[in-house]
Order: sequence, then structure tokens, then C-alpha cells
Amino acid sequence: MSAILRKRFLEQILVMFGREPKKPEAISEPAQQIHLVKRTSNKEKLQAAAAHAEAHMNTSHKWRNRRWAVLVLVNLFFVFSFYFDIQILEGALTASRFIGFHLIDLNAALQVMLAHRNIITNLLIGTGTVLVLWILFGGRSFCSWVCPYHLLAEWAEKIHLWLVREKLVTDAPVDRRLRTVFWLVFALLAVATGYTVYEAISPTGIVSRALIYGPGVAMLWVLALLAFEVFFVRRAWCRYACPIGLTYGVVGILSPVRIKYTLEGCFHEGNCRKVCLVPHVLDTVIKGRAVHTEVPIGPDCTRCGLCVDVCPTGSLTYDVKGLSKLL
Amino acid sequence: MSEDTPPDVTPEPAATRPAGKVKPPLSRSKRQELRRKLLRTLLLTGGIVGAGLSGFLPLVYARKSRLRPPGALDEKNFLASCIKCGQCVQVCPVDAIRLADLIDGVGVGAPYIDARSQACDFSCDAVQCILACPTGSLTYNKPAFLEVRPGAQLAAKPILLAKENDPEPTLNLTERMGVARLTRPEVCLAIKGRGIKGPARGHTFRGKMRYVRIDRWKPVPIAGVRYDVEECDLCVRECPIKGAISIETVYAPDGSLRKSPVVHEPCVGCGVCEMICPTEPGSIEIVPREVWRA
Repeated sequence: MSAILRKRFLEQILVMFGREPKKPEAISEPAQQIHLVKRTSNKEKLQAAAAHAEAHMNTSHKWRNRRWAVLVLVNLFFVFSFYFDIQILEGALTASRFIGFHLIDLNAALQVMLAHRNIITNLLIGTGTVLVLWILFGGRSFCSWVCPYHLLAEWAEKIHLWLVREKLVTDAPVDRRLRTVFWLVFALLAVATGYTVYEAISPTGIVSRALIYGPGVAMLWVLALLAFEVFFVRRAWCRYACPIGLTYGVVGILSPVRIKYTLEGCFHEGNCRKVCLVPHVLDTVIKGRAVHTEVPIGPDCTRCGLCVDVCPTGSLTYDVKGLSKLL
Repeated sequence: MSEDTPPDVTPEPAATRPAGKVKPPLSRSKRQELRRKLLRTLLLTGGIVGAGLSGFLPLVYARKSRLRPPGALDEKNFLASCIKCGQCVQVCPVDAIRLADLIDGVGVGAPYIDARSQACDFSCDAVQCILACPTGSLTYNKPAFLEVRPGAQLAAKPILLAKENDPEPTLNLTERMGVARLTRPEVCLAIKGRGIKGPARGHTFRGKMRYVRIDRWKPVPIAGVRYDVEECDLCVRECPIKGAISIETVYAPDGSLRKSPVVHEPCVGCGVCEMICPTEPGSIEIVPREVWRA
């Protein structure tokens, strides 16, 4: 027992017999420091700081789990429709029929239209339906909520980030303009050659068909892509190559569903940018960049909700333009 | 614009560098990093464009022609318009349609039929694969701007023997998938005058077919159907199309008379004769996209 505490122990005995307690003459060094902090800051600030630290500790996976569930369910729906012949969602992600209604992937439809230059009614109906569907649901939400390659790439990304943390590989970013170049290249190739060239290497189509009709040699290309993402470039395909992503990104320009950033309350710690597939859309969260108190995130956002999950201050939320005002 | 003119004070986006402004020199490491990023970008570009070009492999494999499902457009237009969704696969009651793999290039995911292991026997009664196709790759009637190759057009709508007595006995099919040809007459049992006892393709054969005499609506495994035929005529006996094939007495190359299967104009190229032929390898085969030559 230290001298200071021994002194207090004896004094407390005198207090028991009737003496009034008095201010201490000596206080230990560590206690003095805490007293100082408490004198110089107020209670609310301290509580807020503690709550914030706790929010960082509580990693929520609410949106990620919901999203994975939807992605798996949609793809299982395709699989079961064929496997058990229940005929609810027939076809693959490139084109299908939902209870008889045509649904056609926008990028696949575009490739066919450019290559074949003949648009039959069913193709037009299916493309129109999907266009309206993804305008309603948020454009690139197709990527994170439906595309089966996205899920595989998410797992590959986890391995990649672990390797980076262990300093076994380094992260190597690539020029993002590449995706636009690829979009044009594949569109031009379709027009020039009359073949839907992109469909031959589309991992979305390949994985979707592998799930429904059984895997083939084409899955080797998908595995090669995943290996490239694990060892060299984080999320290379989705970030820098996929023309489907760009097509749905353009649809997202029109979509009312987006992530909304609220400036007040944000500590600009940047955790959201670290988990984001497309961190360039989150430039507004950098200190001093927000142009308004509330800023909607741009069309390239996949509405995956990882930033919503990771944000400790609730500054990033799902938002439906117009609807939030009504509620 | 120079730096001291007042309008220049308003902040400009970083991307538009005014000509007068001197860019601060980049550090050595930053320059290196930019160079590496450029190299990686070029590498990824090369890699993916290269992979994309591998999609042109079917031009290399062009001679390896495949039997497409009924109503398929001519090969080039077929590959251009097929969206590779597999809806034709899903509706086929005998699982005749398969999807091509990577080595088929642009054909990845495009449907084909391997008639020897499972032919299209029209047990759906209505060429449902055509109905299922969302892009018109399989079509009842070609659009006007696509020409019909001479001899590809069927003289009349084919009559499906299974519904010969129905009010509407025909299949909605205007062009043939190919034409059957006796490619190995030297092994043909009919020519040799030999018969067949037991299942046509052995007990392990996994193909299915609709036999009206067994079940009008449901295809059954061929391995379970036993034949006892004095002189083999399975290709004629099981052909689903009226008048497409018959056994005739013909002159052999040496001038002698012999019996032989003879293919006629109504042949649509479905491949049932190729599948049912009991010789190994099969005596009769479908030549995909072949036209009728009188």
C-alpha cells in the first residue's frame, strides 16, 4: 500500500469516529493526470468520445448479410427453377423469364443488338423491363446484390487484404479509365466482327451458367481472374474492366436509390473509403470536400452498404430520393 | 492566362492546368509509382483484350460444325444473336441441347446438339426451344433481311408421326437443321441384311426417346427398349418425321442390288437416326446445316 493510500486508510478510521472529511493534502501522479483531463473537458464530450470508440468496436454486418442473402437467393432461384423444374425464373443472368416475363441483361442485350443488328420484340421487352427494374433499384446495385462474380471477388478481396496486411503482396492500383476503354473496345468489336465477343469472357455469364447448367472449362478463366485479384490488383475486374458495371452505372444516374452522406457528425476517419469497391465515389467524405450538408453518392456506387455498416457515426445511410421526405 | 490577373484567383479544378502555371516537379518515388501504374494498366489491358480475342477461336474451329437446335439462324447470325441464357436447354424434355464450353470461343454458352448421345426427337411436339429463345436466335421464321440458303428450306412443314392423326400434325419448322447421310455404309446392318436383338445402343446408353407405342407423352430411356428385328431398319422405324427416310432396294457400287436406308427431302436433320443406329460407330449421321440436294 502506497504512503498516500495508507494515510487515507488511517484518516477514514477518524472519520468513522466523527471527524469531517477534508480535502487531501497529497494526490498520486496518475490520479492528478485524470483530474486534469476531467477539469479541462466536459462530461458530454467524454461520453461522446467513449460512445464513438464503442461504435468503432461494434462492427455491424447488417447490410452485408442482407445483401449476401439476396445475392445467394436470386442465384439459387435460377438454379432451383431449372433443377426442380418449377419454372419461376428460367434462364441465366444474361437473359431469363420470370413467371413468363422476359428479363434481359442490359449489357448482353447491347452486345447482341450491336452484333446482330436485329432487335426482336421479346429482346426489346426484356431489356426495357430490366432497365426500369434497375432504375428503380439503383443501377449498379445489380453488381453487389445480384452478380455472382461479385461475391466470389469479395471473398478473393478478403484474402488479398490479408496478404497485404501480412506484407506478402502489395496493392497495385490501375488506371480507372481502362474500364471505359474496355466498354468501347467490346462495343466496337461487337459491331465490327458481328460476334458477341464480350459474352465469351464475361465472368458474370460464365459463373451464372456454371451454377445453373454445371461448370465447364470456362471456369478456369474465372479462377485466373480471381487469382489475379488475390495476388496483384485488388478487385481488378469489377473496378477496372467490367463493361456490365459501367452499363449499370449509367442506369444508376437515373436511379433514386443511393447512399447519402451527412456532413455533420462525420469525423472524416475514412473507414468507409477503405472498405469501398469504388472509393472514388466517396471523395466527398474527405475533410473539407463536402459541397453541402447532405451529399448523395454518385452513380458508380454499387449500393452495397459496406460503408453504411462500417460508419461509426451514421453519416452514411441508404436514401431514396423523394421517398425520405414523404416518410 | 497569367497568375497575377484577378479572374485567375477563383479556384479552378485541378485537372485543367493553366498554361502559365509551373507544375511542381514530381518526386522520384512518385514518378516511379506513376510509371508502374501505367505499366500495370497496359498489362491488364493486354491481358483482357487478349482473353477477349480468344473468343474468336470458333473462326479457327470453323470447320468443326455443330448441330444447332431447331430453327437456328445460319451460324454467323446465330453466334451474333445468341445471348447464352440456356432457356432452350431448360425447356427440352429429352435434354438434347447442351451449352458449349470455353474451347468453342465465342460459342461459350451457345447451345448445340450432340445427336449421337442425345438427339432432338420432337417429343415436345412443338419445338419449344424456339418459343423459349428471347433473342430470335432460334426462330420459326427468319427476318426478311436474312437470306434462306437454297435447299435449307423445307418443301412443306414436316409432319410429326406422333401427332399424324391430330388436327394439326405438322411442326412449325421452315428450315432444316441438317441432313442425315449414310456416312458408313460398310457397317450398316440394313445393307448387310443383318438384324438387331436387344437394346439399340446397349444397356448403358443414357439417351432418351419418346416411343408413341410405349407412352405418347413421356420420353423413356432407350436402354430399356428391346428390339427383335430380322433386318435392321431402326433409322426408318424410329424417325419422327413422315417420309424422311425409308429402306429401298438400290444398286451397290459393284452393280449388284441391295437394301439400304435412303434419306428423302422431308428430313429435318433432327438426329434420331444417328442416335438410334446400333452400329459402333454409327452408320448414319447428321451433316449439320447441310442443305437438300436433289
